[in-house]
Amino acid sequence: MSSSTINKPDAGKSPNPDKAKKAKTQHSDRVKAERRMGWYLAGPAFVVMLLVTLYPILQAFFESLFAFRLTAPDEREFIWFANYITILGDSVWWQGLLVTVLITVITVAVELVLGFALALVMSKALKSLKGILRTAILVPYGIITVVSAYAWFYAFDINSGYVNAWFDWVPGIDSDLNWFAQTGTSLFVIMASEIWKTTPFISLLLLAGLAQVPDELTEAAKVDGATWWEQMRKVVIPNMKAAIMVAVLFRALDAFRIFDNVFIMTNGENNTEVLSLLAYRTSISRLEIGLGSAVSVLLFLCVILISFAAIKIFKVDLAGTRGEK
Amino acid sequence: MPNRRRKIDPVRSRPKAAAVATLAMGTMLLTGCGPTESVTTLTWYINPDAGGQAAIAASCTEEADGAYRIETSLLPTDAAAQREQLARRLAAGDTSMDIMSIDPPFIPELAEPGFLAPIPADSVDVFSENVLEGALAGATWKDELVTVPFWANTQILWYRESVAEAAGLDMSQPVTWDQLIDAATEQDKLLGVQGSPAESMTVWINALVESAGGQILENPEASADELELGLTSEAGQEAARIIGTIGTEGLGGPGLPTSTENTSLTLFQGDDGSFMVNYPFVWPATLGAVEAGSIDQSVVDDIGWALFPTVTEGEDTAPPLGGINLGVGAASDDPDLAYEAIECIVKPENQTEYFITNGNPPSNSEAYDDPTIEEDFPMATTIRDSLELAAPRPQTPFYNEISTGLQQEWSPPNEVDPDTTPERSQEFITAVLRGERLL
Repeated sequence: MSSSTINKPDAGKSPNPDKAKKAKTQHSDRVKAERRMGWYLAGPAFVVMLLVTLYPILQAFFESLFAFRLTAPDEREFIWFANYITILGDSVWWQGLLVTVLITVITVAVELVLGFALALVMSKALKSLKGILRTAILVPYGIITVVSAYAWFYAFDINSGYVNAWFDWVPGIDSDLNWFAQTGTSLFVIMASEIWKTTPFISLLLLAGLAQVPDELTEAAKVDGATWWEQMRKVVIPNMKAAIMVAVLFRALDAFRIFDNVFIMTNGENNTEVLSLLAYRTSISRLEIGLGSAVSVLLFLCVILISFAAIKIFKVDLAGTRGEK
Repeated sequence: MPNRRRKIDPVRSRPKAAAVATLAMGTMLLTGCGPTESVTTLTWYINPDAGGQAAIAASCTEEADGAYRIETSLLPTDAAAQREQLARRLAAGDTSMDIMSIDPPFIPELAEPGFLAPIPADSVDVFSENVLEGALAGATWKDELVTVPFWANTQILWYRESVAEAAGLDMSQPVTWDQLIDAATEQDKLLGVQGSPAESMTVWINALVESAGGQILENPEASADELELGLTSEAGQEAARIIGTIGTEGLGGPGLPTSTENTSLTLFQGDDGSFMVNYPFVWPATLGAVEAGSIDQSVVDDIGWALFPTVTEGEDTAPPLGGINLGVGAASDDPDLAYEAIECIVKPENQTEYFITNGNPPSNSEAYDDPTIEEDFPMATTIRDSLELAAPRPQTPFYNEISTGLQQEWSPPNEVDPDTTPERSQEFITAVLRGERLL
């Protein structure tokens, strides 16, 4: 595959389109063979993925057109898009969307900064320390989200927690602070737990990006008298833009579907309900399969929208991190 | 990889195959999975407890002498999650739903669509004989017994004798919520109530509304779009006033918005403890804490108990009703056998034993006759009296919507206002029931 991709930029840059076409056809047999091979290799996985993702999506869309409650199977009724109208006309949905977007924006922004710092530390660390350092940084990511959510919950809980006792020197924190009784403090703990848990993931993606920045470039900048900050701003970051954008996209999609932390810490109380939890509560707790499926379909559309915006508007190149360009 | 490792000599491998087969058969016999075994296995979905239901399952299996074997399968910890699992399995026609431990408020939702196998006509009398009134009401839907009462729970008032004495309260007489609020305020103590937006919140609201002579639901058997709520009544406003006062005055402590049955017990056992409404499990839990050395014996010596507080002086109280009933899934392979097993499970002696070992009070009045109960639970008479007065939560297939709506609108307690909360919650829940709003 590498030969065709290496040749591609040449073909693109060629001032003569005929020549370019010729260059393309010259490699077409090989390219074709490689593509075919690619399909043989990826095809089965692609088919399985279609089966396990497309089928439930279509099923959810179909169910969303019905008024259907699991405990009243005989009263199932086709109602077209009435569920969607109910949802989009309800403040609960918009409040959930607002909280979800807020959590996504704040956690991804903080994780990006922290993750970049950690990636720098990992890449600059002494060779002998690199292994230990990478393992240590990766530990939170290895913990199951539910477990980490409980750990954070019990740490901040007014009855069993130690945070109030440890941080009572911070203004606003004392032994009577009930973190899970107000919106602001609840969201703070939810986001802190999310950031602690997933920053390692983003730092790993950024580390891969950092490794792609050729040392010659930074050395040349250094020779030219660039400060550390200038090297970062003018050389390193622009060269790893693709990796940064991929990291942001992956994390944004993940953060938008946040569920475990909210479910365990507040169960959506104090205006902390997110869209995944709303879908869960409607489908699983209320057993309103029709309405719940409509919430899930809308949530899916939001995720598609984020991916589309990232790929088309911000031009995130998913191949970038693989070093193909 | 060398090929020879894969070759098998049929002659040489025969003794090996025989050995493997013997071992497999031995294992099957040891585990009771032999092909000759014909004992019907009944699955009993139990809520988590201290092992009491598993013990009853074992003793009934033994008593059945090969007629059936009861296997227990654990449900999630909280009531709402138990309901979710039961409802999903029943809706899917799971044939393993032979016996289920069900929280009473969720029974109408499962009975209405016919998810429960009807109780054989000749067993109805057997299952309702000597059953306490509150427990029987919770097992019935549309005037028909649809589940079998197993154990019945109720909240009573636990108090620190020193605090009650200092407040000059005569605890042999019914006390009102206002008296408790005054006593706690004067002595700078905290009240043990459950303010967390969970099922316990609905339990509290319902007990207050019923004690004040009202009802959360005026017509429980109506369809979703015809249900009428009674929250805006005087009784609903009284309930909001009491919850709001405890919340705004800080009488539940800073942990009130997230307090559950367990956390209010911890509060009650502490230095600020005064009065607490809670289930009987607190007694063995407190004795256990003394044994473990985490609290002093003097705390236990200071604990007294009485009936759930009243809202209006001179009126009866309506304590919360909980517990577990046993139901049989409509898709069960052998419902008759399941009901036969239930007959064994709910025997008064099993209920007595379950009370003593697990702290869950019997639903059968006969089970209280055992003198050993008084030794372990000196408050057994109060519990029994409370069960006679107890009022069930709204019995409707849409209980989940009503309960969740109440939890959302009546929390945190410090924001509950008698002028706005009942009305707002009534409008909200009604809109949810009509399918006009999300929950």
